[in-house]
Amino acid sequence: MIFRTPILTLLLVSALAILVALGAAWFGQRVLRQWDLTSGSRAQLLMERRTELISTLFAMVMLAEAVALFLFVFNADRMAALFVGAMCAVGTLNVNPYGFPALYAKIGVFFAAAVWLVMDHVDRLGRDYPLTRAKYALVLAIAPLVIVAGGLELAWYLGLKTDVITSCCSKLFTPANAGISDEMAAVDPALALWALAGAQVLVLALGTFAAKTGRGHGLFALAGAVFFAVALTAMVSVIALYVYENPNHHCPFCILKPEYGYIGYAFYIPLFGATALALGLGAVAPFKRRGSLRAPLPPVLRRLTLWAMAGFAAYGAVTLYAIARSHLILFG
Amino acid sequence: MKTLRRQRALADYTLAALARRKVKNSALVGVFSLVVFLLASAMFFASALRHEADTALQGVPDLIVQHLSLGRQGMISEDRIAELESIRGVSKVRGRLWGYYYDRVVGANYTVMVPDGGAMPPPGQVIVGEGVLRARGLDWEGAPLFLSRKQGDLSRFDIAKTFDSDSALLTADLLLMNEADFRAFFSVPAGVYTDIAARVRNANELATIVDKATRIMPDERFVTRDDIARTYMKLFDWREGLMVALGAMAMLAFAIFAADKASGLSAEESREIGILKAIGWDTRDVIAMKLWEGGLVSIGAFLLGCVAAYAHVFWFGATLFAPVLKGWAVIYPDFPLAPVIDAAQLVTLFLLTVLPYAAATVVPVWRVASADPDAVMR
Repeated sequence: MIFRTPILTLLLVSALAILVALGAAWFGQRVLRQWDLTSGSRAQLLMERRTELISTLFAMVMLAEAVALFLFVFNADRMAALFVGAMCAVGTLNVNPYGFPALYAKIGVFFAAAVWLVMDHVDRLGRDYPLTRAKYALVLAIAPLVIVAGGLELAWYLGLKTDVITSCCSKLFTPANAGISDEMAAVDPALALWALAGAQVLVLALGTFAAKTGRGHGLFALAGAVFFAVALTAMVSVIALYVYENPNHHCPFCILKPEYGYIGYAFYIPLFGATALALGLGAVAPFKRRGSLRAPLPPVLRRLTLWAMAGFAAYGAVTLYAIARSHLILFG
Repeated sequence: MKTLRRQRALADYTLAALARRKVKNSALVGVFSLVVFLLASAMFFASALRHEADTALQGVPDLIVQHLSLGRQGMISEDRIAELESIRGVSKVRGRLWGYYYDRVVGANYTVMVPDGGAMPPPGQVIVGEGVLRARGLDWEGAPLFLSRKQGDLSRFDIAKTFDSDSALLTADLLLMNEADFRAFFSVPAGVYTDIAARVRNANELATIVDKATRIMPDERFVTRDDIARTYMKLFDWREGLMVALGAMAMLAFAIFAADKASGLSAEESREIGILKAIGWDTRDVIAMKLWEGGLVSIGAFLLGCVAAYAHVFWFGATLFAPVLKGWAVIYPDFPLAPVIDAAQLVTLFLLTVLPYAAATVVPVWRVASADPDAVMR
């Protein structure tokens, strides 16, 4: 199975990411131990120079990892045709026990990468490397995640045997099945929609507050994370039903299929992007008062907040569109 | 806004700098686009083939039943038709007669079939695909087709109709015969068929129907359309993957070449960087400029390679790779490929080509950019 172009590409991206992450982690531990801006020693100067290289390389592979997440899901969906019993990405991910862990690990890498990219961006605003230590501490945390994600991905791809009969999404996302997926499917549709509306109002209100006053980014990040969880639950519990016009099909992956006009990407790209930005904002907001960042940071924070709000609002708008377009009548 | 302005200025400067070293940069873009072309051709072609196969498989029966004897496919008894019909949900069960005929005159294999229903040619006549006519050189109206099974044997058939080339993928080597002619020509006794085809009304019931049918007729083999589709997909995926893996080797070689090029700066380039740093650019600006340079080269090469691959595959029939990806035969259908490219393919190709290039050039670029101005100028 490994001889499929998207798989080869994804493995290439993972291999590069692991290589760079290892290098960056090695450099990161040196930064954490020896970084001293006041020192004019040769070692410090070399380190300051090298941080440009490591940051550029790491930013590059993290961007690639972000793109790779979507390719990963898209490819899993495409490969469903190869497995008996698979209808969408869920079936493919279920072929062996590494599929879903690989997906979760890749999502983890995506968010960690986004937070890191925001930190890196902010770090470059200040002349005195204000976030360098924090940035490399985060690299030390991301590196193992990148390695685990790469390993799980490889294990999954190597274990893809087409003679395996897998189970499809309609089995996984039913209230009758045990697990978190069924809990999400069992949530009352009305409750899920109200919760989504509430989370939407909350996240936009906190975002407006943060953008206006320049304070409360931590709360905005928290609200963003809550919105992410509520949005996914609402997707499984109710939005999916409207998209499929079927009161029993809860799958959050089938909406990525061409039959539904790839509408899933219109849901997930803004949602993941906005949540990632919100988390990044939460991570850099504590550094607002650093000397060199006092002037350049607030406008950047404001811009990123507005982008994140646009993403969250887009998710709500696409939800409204999906419900308005649907012929399914769930209430009344 | 400030960031955008800065980037625009950098891009502006980089373009001018690239234009100053036309020969070197065109060579780089040329080689890079060749690699992209190689990979893109393989990907576009395989996806077009998958699409053709998908379209062709739309007309295949949902279920095919074959008789196995000594582990090989044998003729299946007529009685099975009634047994299959007795299963609820199965419809349009019919026995099919088909086989291969090796034409010693031209060294090609024809697929000989008895069509069902309206397309049945009258006795003594055949309907042929254009590939057969091409192989035999029967290019005048009314030319009869002589088929010989063994030395000294000759059967004459008149050509009732020829398939047009729109359906060439399916009909190039096809020969449709009357049922009586078929049984006589191949000595097939009455009451047996090559296999049995059936429709299943509800695709979701297919697995259950196969299960039931296996219990009634344990000696038979059941092939579903999904099985065939899956096999084709795997086959084309695998061939594509193999080609791409080979192309990736070329990409690796190119990445090494590019890294080497980027680290061995000409005296003029070093002077340029030295001057930039002396007038106040810092390492970040130089890296950004160099990344712009790499970006422009990659995007140029990517676009060039993709367009060239598109032309190669969809206008010129992928002359370079066709034998590897299509498979080959004496009578090979001549069919135009429908252009099928999706965004995911382009993203894949982009990651596969631009990312290694970028990764390979970052280190040398940084090395140059972080050197002291006097050191590079000296």
